[in-house]
Amino acid sequence: MNVSVNWLSEFLRRPLDAAEVAARLGSLGAPADAIVPLHAGLGDIVVGLVESAAPHPNADRLRVCVVDDGSGTRRSVVCGAPNVTAGRRYPFAPVGATLPGGLRIEKRKLRGEVSEGMLCSARELGLGDDHHGLWELDTDAAPGTPLGAAVPLADTRLVLDVGPNRPDLLGHKGVARELAASYGVQFRLPQLPGSGGGTMAAPARAGAAGATGGVAVRIEDADGCGRFLGAVLRGVRIGPSPDWLARRLEAVGVRSINNVVDATNYVMFELNQPMHAYDLATLRGARIAARRARAGERLRTLDGVDRALDEEMTVIADAEGAIGVAGVMGGMGSEVSAETRDLFLECAWFDPARVRRTRRALGLSTEASFRFERGVDRWNGAEALRRCVELIQLTAGGDLAPDPVDLASAVTHPPRIFLRPSRVAQVLGVELTWSEIERCLVAVGATVVSKPDDGRIAVDVPGWRPDLVTEIDLVEEVARIHGYDAIPDDLRPARPGAQREDPAFGRAAQLRRALVAEGLFEAAALPMTGAAADSVRILNPLAATEGHLRASLLPGLVRLVELNWASQVRDVRLFEIGTVFAQGESGAPPRETLRLAAVITGARAPAHWSDSARTDCDIWDLKGLFERVGALVAPGNAIVPVGGALVARLDGRDAGRAGPLDADAPPWAAPLFGLELEVQVGVGTAAAYRPLPVTPAVGRDVTLLLPEELAAARVTAELAGAGEPLLEAVAVTGEYRSGDLPGGRRSVTFHLTFRATDRTLETPEVDRAESRLLGMLDRELGVHRRDQGAPAPER
Amino acid sequence: MTEPRHDPSDLSPLRARLARVGALDAAALAAERIAVLGRKGGELTALLRTLPSLEADARRAFGAAVNELKQAFEAAFDARAAALDAARRAREAAGIDLTMPGRGRWIGAEHPVTRVIAEIVELFRELGFVVATGPEAETEWYNFGALNFPADHPAMDMHDTLYLDVPEVPGDRGGRVLLRTHTSPVQIRTLLESGPPVRVVIPGLAYRNDPFDASHAPAFTQIEGLAVDEGISFVDLKATLGHFARRFFAADTRVRFRPSFFPFTEPSAEMDVGCQICGGRGCAACKGTGWMEILGCGMVHPNVLSNCGVDAERFTGFAFGMGPHRIAMLRYGIPDIRLLYEGDMRFLGQLGGGR
Repeated sequence: MNVSVNWLSEFLRRPLDAAEVAARLGSLGAPADAIVPLHAGLGDIVVGLVESAAPHPNADRLRVCVVDDGSGTRRSVVCGAPNVTAGRRYPFAPVGATLPGGLRIEKRKLRGEVSEGMLCSARELGLGDDHHGLWELDTDAAPGTPLGAAVPLADTRLVLDVGPNRPDLLGHKGVARELAASYGVQFRLPQLPGSGGGTMAAPARAGAAGATGGVAVRIEDADGCGRFLGAVLRGVRIGPSPDWLARRLEAVGVRSINNVVDATNYVMFELNQPMHAYDLATLRGARIAARRARAGERLRTLDGVDRALDEEMTVIADAEGAIGVAGVMGGMGSEVSAETRDLFLECAWFDPARVRRTRRALGLSTEASFRFERGVDRWNGAEALRRCVELIQLTAGGDLAPDPVDLASAVTHPPRIFLRPSRVAQVLGVELTWSEIERCLVAVGATVVSKPDDGRIAVDVPGWRPDLVTEIDLVEEVARIHGYDAIPDDLRPARPGAQREDPAFGRAAQLRRALVAEGLFEAAALPMTGAAADSVRILNPLAATEGHLRASLLPGLVRLVELNWASQVRDVRLFEIGTVFAQGESGAPPRETLRLAAVITGARAPAHWSDSARTDCDIWDLKGLFERVGALVAPGNAIVPVGGALVARLDGRDAGRAGPLDADAPPWAAPLFGLELEVQVGVGTAAAYRPLPVTPAVGRDVTLLLPEELAAARVTAELAGAGEPLLEAVAVTGEYRSGDLPGGRRSVTFHLTFRATDRTLETPEVDRAESRLLGMLDRELGVHRRDQGAPAPER
Repeated sequence: MTEPRHDPSDLSPLRARLARVGALDAAALAAERIAVLGRKGGELTALLRTLPSLEADARRAFGAAVNELKQAFEAAFDARAAALDAARRAREAAGIDLTMPGRGRWIGAEHPVTRVIAEIVELFRELGFVVATGPEAETEWYNFGALNFPADHPAMDMHDTLYLDVPEVPGDRGGRVLLRTHTSPVQIRTLLESGPPVRVVIPGLAYRNDPFDASHAPAFTQIEGLAVDEGISFVDLKATLGHFARRFFAADTRVRFRPSFFPFTEPSAEMDVGCQICGGRGCAACKGTGWMEILGCGMVHPNVLSNCGVDAERFTGFAFGMGPHRIAMLRYGIPDIRLLYEGDMRFLGQLGGGR
């Protein structure tokens, strides 16, 4: 909401400092997003008095003027404006001045005559569109007076951030009320320049139908239109608005159109009551009704768009059809034009939900719909209508037809709310006196009907505050006006909650620390992706590429790797812990699972000058990471190869995958590997102490010839499972592949660790244990030591 | 068997050898140590063994002299060994330029936003809060209805909602399925599951139908808090959040509360802290106001408590919410929120080291 500080000053009848006004409104809940000084660039412009205007000797359309600019020296100025008149005052830009557009005035010759400055039009000063001639100043100020001092130009616009609960702050009167409460002063509706005040008597309330100025008015849609005031003005003269009115609208960011339209806009910005003026001559059948739109009904709105209406919308209609969409926009056919002589003025209350639905259905949000859907004052239309009539008569003349109408299908009142001072104390934590509570309520315009005899106060809330409905709403008003700053902030002891910590948070933190220790950076990709199998679709996505919820973390991480590649980064190590989504049971929201994923590509370690060659990460780096992270995520995870990838098996199902990944890789990129695992919450083995060995171990390396199809893991498992009491551990320490090997193409070296916990092992014992194990491998797997030679085929 | 020697003057040959220890090389030093102090054949060791057989007086005098000599030898051997060692190391190092870079290893780091969340959670843990989480896909009831959003009201315009292509969930707590627009549905779940006293903080992702630009993202983190009990008031709200701000930022951080509007709290407030960049003098980051908006908060609306079966006359509470993405941007001076989503190794590395 744009607010003019000058306008507010008139309400409070005192000069206001823009920054202070912004600070006060901010502390009341309507902070200023911006403070915009208007016309600050006119400091060089002064009042110039044209003493004479003689024809230019060498040009028909130019004149040579003598201007008194207060400097003591008469200036010769060549001027082309048709309206320059001796004895009149105009804005004058002396030599050296800069106009708002950036033009710098210099002394120069025009067709042989010296020109020392420039007489300006309003447009040249950035004050509107009128460029038909010089801006004739209506002032007696002495020549040389700064323009800003002679004409009230300077203003400041505050761009207020008004919450959806405060429609009253969409008008200057509402903002002035808040400010008055803050300053502790009175405020009142300003007098319009040159007006003695509105004379229209408050119209008498009638039922759903009435008539004024020969126009029959009806509310046919009582749900959509709660109140309808109408007035007829005859004999108005459409023309430009006076300066002050144009300036005022300009200050709130609205373009001046003509005196009638400007009057309706002025009232809207002053009283938060949208108004609409129809050209009475265009009305068919001298009838106006607020009714539901009919199926198939159409209307060309003021923006020139032909719109299809539906029966859920309320329209204003004449005898033949819609002439306006209620609360949203008027129709083009009944628009006020330069030829308009007679007006019908509408001032109504439309149902907020209806207006909201309508403007959404039409995709047409306007200043009016914005206000109606937040709620205008249902009980104060008469003030707005009177103000609008006063303003139109002031600027466009016209006669008000007798008996304007004020229609309402049902008589309603703003609610009465009961407030307990004890509740104020309970919620705010401070005991406020009864008189302080009353002061706060009165300041926002509420009427305190009773004293708290039975522990509660009856409060009638004002019509402009549709947000005040229940007791807690009044508690907030008391807090707001009393001041949040005035409430103490002593930290007091509190008892703990009854909730147990969600273990998922700590679990994710633990996994993060482990992956960081692995040298990976945590990433957080957007959780939306393109379509994938079983993925959940977003109905209203911003982009088709982000039209689904991720079913897996890896595609997002691969995209981030590609972004790194695009920045010439070759070594990328990223992980993410996040939610993935899958279709849920029918009638249930999607299933959400916490996952962990990681990608690695590039050098295994940062380059060091002592290294002879760079080593890139390979499948074994991935497998090691997968094993360590897999064990951390769920100790039961068994890592098994499937195809060219690795799978983590947990309780008979796949709980994770790892392997090489496809990506859009530049030629210099290293292979990309990735893993993804379900995060199990609430699992993990308890760490426990076992006695540390005190006896020495004996190590033996055995190199075995393995048939191509035999997995090393199988041999390890057989050895570990053989029940050999002296065997403590088995590790694979080497592999050799060659076509020259007897009986196969592969030998694998296993390191066996033997130990007895109660004595130092003797060599013969170890020898016996080793041959027992080798004999077992021969029997079970047909595997032999490499140095033993291939078994003879006939054996 | 000869009479054991017990005249201290007989120790003079050993004293002479002691004087020569400082000139021995490494091999000779090792041999001499064994020859003098060796457990089996060392000369001093042998002399010490004779002590028990001496007369008491002689034993005392001779014993003292031998022991003194033994300590002197030990000190001399150690000193010589250290000197030889230092000399060796100096010789070895002569061919090495120790200004050359050391060997590196990959260092990782948590995401800056994760670190901000962890820090916030830690501060609230000190005040007795525990972490609660909940689903990211919710029904309209949990996201709006239970939180006192009036149906089809302009307040909904502040929440541009992403809806999911999933059948409506039936029942009182159902409705269309959406991506939660704030983490507040977890407040509802917590109140429904355990009731007061409640003290939880709720970190998690929230979603809005916002274009992905320098200051908006369609998915972003939030951290909310909820405290509900008997006797909780606006005083506790101000005290708790002010304490948090002074712990999270600097101890002398200025804090102010301004009225605001959220459907699920009343009275509602915004908490500002003195601008962390200019210290309150006014700069571009705070638009010259000297203040930065950090979190929204308020007293839990009685309707929210009632919707969750909590007696709103007996219990009161406060709730708050803030954006770790935004706070991370403020803290690290990040100009564009998208940097936090792009996983750029250079960016993550920059922010990896500091607080």
